[in-house]
Amino acid sequence: MALLDFFKKIEPDKKKSPVLHTLYDAVFTFAYAPDQTTSGGVHIRDGMDLKRTMIHVVIAMQLCYLFGTYNIGHQHFTAAGQYLGFLEGFHLKLAHGLIKLLPLFIWTNVIGLGIEIYFAAKKGHAVEEGFLVSGALIPLIMPPDLPIWILCVSVAFAVIIGKEAFGGTGMNIWNVALLARVFVFFAYPTTISGDQVWVSGYESLASGTMADYGFFHNGLCNTLFGWMGVDQFNSATTAVVDGYSGATPLALAYAGGWEAVTEQFTPAQMWWGTIPGSIGETSKIFVLLGAFFLLITRIASWRIMLSMTIGAAFMAMLLNVWGATPFMDVPWYYQFWMGSFFFAMAFMATDPVTATATNTGKWIYGFLIGFIGMIVRVMNPAYPEGWMLSILFLNTFSALIDHYVIEGNMKKRLKSA
Amino acid sequence: MLTTILIITGLIILAAAVISIADNLIQIEAKKSGLDTQKENYSLFPRVTNLFKSKAPSFADPDKFHSLSKGHNIKMTGAAQGTLKSANVNRFAIQPGNFRGIAPIPKLMVAIGDEVKAGDPLFYDKTNPEVKYVSPVSGEVVEINRGAKRSIAEVVVLADKNQQSRSIQIPDLNSASRDEIQAVLRDAGAWVTLNARPFDIIPDPAVIPRDIFISTFDTAPLAPNMDLVIDGNKAAFQKGVDVLAKLTDGQVYLSLDASNNGSTFSDVTGAEKHWFKGPHPAGNVGIQMHHIKPIGKDTVWTAQVQDVINIGNLFLTGSFQQNRIVAITGGGVANPHYVKTYVGAHLGELLKDNVSGENLRVISGDVLSGATKSPEQYLNYKDDQVTVIPEGDHFEMFGWLLPISPRPSVSGTFPNFLFPNHEFDVDTNTHGEKRAFVMTGEYEKMLPMDILPMHLMKAVVTNDYERMEGLGITELSEEDIAICEFACTSKQPLQQILREGLDMLQEQL
Repeated sequence: MALLDFFKKIEPDKKKSPVLHTLYDAVFTFAYAPDQTTSGGVHIRDGMDLKRTMIHVVIAMQLCYLFGTYNIGHQHFTAAGQYLGFLEGFHLKLAHGLIKLLPLFIWTNVIGLGIEIYFAAKKGHAVEEGFLVSGALIPLIMPPDLPIWILCVSVAFAVIIGKEAFGGTGMNIWNVALLARVFVFFAYPTTISGDQVWVSGYESLASGTMADYGFFHNGLCNTLFGWMGVDQFNSATTAVVDGYSGATPLALAYAGGWEAVTEQFTPAQMWWGTIPGSIGETSKIFVLLGAFFLLITRIASWRIMLSMTIGAAFMAMLLNVWGATPFMDVPWYYQFWMGSFFFAMAFMATDPVTATATNTGKWIYGFLIGFIGMIVRVMNPAYPEGWMLSILFLNTFSALIDHYVIEGNMKKRLKSA
Repeated sequence: MLTTILIITGLIILAAAVISIADNLIQIEAKKSGLDTQKENYSLFPRVTNLFKSKAPSFADPDKFHSLSKGHNIKMTGAAQGTLKSANVNRFAIQPGNFRGIAPIPKLMVAIGDEVKAGDPLFYDKTNPEVKYVSPVSGEVVEINRGAKRSIAEVVVLADKNQQSRSIQIPDLNSASRDEIQAVLRDAGAWVTLNARPFDIIPDPAVIPRDIFISTFDTAPLAPNMDLVIDGNKAAFQKGVDVLAKLTDGQVYLSLDASNNGSTFSDVTGAEKHWFKGPHPAGNVGIQMHHIKPIGKDTVWTAQVQDVINIGNLFLTGSFQQNRIVAITGGGVANPHYVKTYVGAHLGELLKDNVSGENLRVISGDVLSGATKSPEQYLNYKDDQVTVIPEGDHFEMFGWLLPISPRPSVSGTFPNFLFPNHEFDVDTNTHGEKRAFVMTGEYEKMLPMDILPMHLMKAVVTNDYERMEGLGITELSEEDIAICEFACTSKQPLQQILREGLDMLQEQL
């Protein structure tokens, strides 16, 4: 109770410093569930609230965070031909991953939460929890070497234009995390597409390029590793090996079909995720564990997940039948081995605010995301992945889908009356 | 090889198509020739819905069995136990505010100090002078309490030791006209025990209801067991159903609990019986109406079991007794039990020496749709339950993430599904703050009706009359949506929103 008294003591004045008070309120309600009681209506309330809902989505992403961080380092050293075994050079890979990931995570949340708190103070209500999830998702869907200023601009764009302009959590039309990514995608395309961006720590992936280490590598970590007597970062010997392209499985499949992919990667590698890609989406197994967690806690809609899988599989089968390019000829089930389908399905399409709200609508919404996303992935010449665009596209139309479901319900009632 | 497979697949598809077309033709023919009036299945194949539907128990008519899967039973400590005791309550009040649609200042027919008999009128509504509101007991009018703007809040009667009641001339039920029966009910004070839907108002004498619905079981948390109520009152209930049957051109529908074999209610005649199975709100009459015969644009009546018994007794004995068996329940009650008393009993006297703990909330009704009362107030007119639970005005460290005590929830993030029979010690904490609508599909999981509750609520909030009506707001009452409000992650006040919508719609008519 001492902490509670301390919190009560430091409460800033709401009128004099609204922003500070909003920040205080956010921290306080994080530490203590408030003492509000029901009045009017029901007398008891479910133990579930929005904070708990959102934090469970973040918990579901933790395995992706763990693996993603390590995989940043793993890909970095794979490009240099060093520590090729997955667990070799464990401390170096982890340290490199953290050096790349932490700034992304911290800046995303500083910018995003800062804007949220400012708007909440201005509107005079508590900080809504939506950004908890967005702030955890955004680092996972970015390339590890993304310049921090681009990240900050994209987060600010997504939160201000994509969310606060519509009225805050619960009112936005487009998925905030995807909006941040699509902003980078269209405004700074060279930082987020092509073969060069998915492996971190090099100026370019031309052979012989030396690793680009800064203070955290050379100063902080190397000192630490020196004390411990383990391997240190060494930019003199770490250079991109001959013939390394950094291409993702999708880029390979686009150029040469499934054979080209399997020349570089084994299916097990793609399944476990030791491949280049956005930070959090490479490991199918950990993404699926997160999806499973969301399903058993009934936070995410199984309807959307299932129908999206059906839609993608259906379209992939149609493309198999067509078979005009090598990419179309990739067997439909192998399409799921590549790219970020599962990540989009588990964490992006199921966002309850931007998805359709009716159960019938969810079937249509999910199916169309899968269907259209696969078209974009296979047929788009510029960029071999489609989930970001198809989800944003269907976000736009989710209100329309709901409208027709509602009209249908109204017509049915009118008929029976 | 491939060609063989293709040919075989083609043949199978062709055969399936032929069978399917033939099957459809049979069904069309059956419909045309009038064989299929009962929606009997003339198809060769079982219907998909029938395959997954749970089977009707042997005592229930399969056509009149409704298995509902949506909803949630909230298990709480403090269920009323055992036998009926008579209550030691002396003060009773009739509260005009309990009756929706009555003018706020009704015309009083008594003054403080007047002696009244049980069944003597206390006041009437100026817009409907023949509908009387009568005293539950004989005794002295001791208080007339006024509320805001001089409206009348309570007319309190202190009961005598010896109870006397006004006797009423009862016509022969078989030969009496509908108008005569209606007049008896209005004069005796029994009219106001009936409820007209939509809007849950006192029935308008000029409107003949399409049907009358009675639910014979209550699935709300800690709700009283109706078998105890009907025990010894079967004849009166039967008579009450017979009376109600005279008041409608349609049917009296009786909904029974399908999990209760041999319920006393299954012997009742003169009413169409339907069996319901499922978690709360399956026992709510609004939900049952939706599955038996939706309200549409009509007016229907609903009645509570205890009021039907009272109406039956009126026609059997010639005096109107407003008896009420009340369940005293909840975690704040030392000894939860049933008592036999009259409507509008004084809560403090009902709960005397029977509460445990401090900082309690007394609720007239159940925890989902009951009303907060002070111990100095009275049981609401139609309520047959008092719930006492602790207030939850305490901070809880990381309570949203790592709750210290178990709490009821429909969410899968609590391990509640591992303990399906655990009875929760509930309190009134909101467990979170109010937020905008974020999660979807939550209400749909709780409401076993073909309604889109979230969009209905949004239509009310945005004053969209057309959509409100189109999405079926008239089918709902607060008690039906209460379980959705309980489950709401965003802590939205759904019952209040629904009532605002109903009020807006009522004003328009």
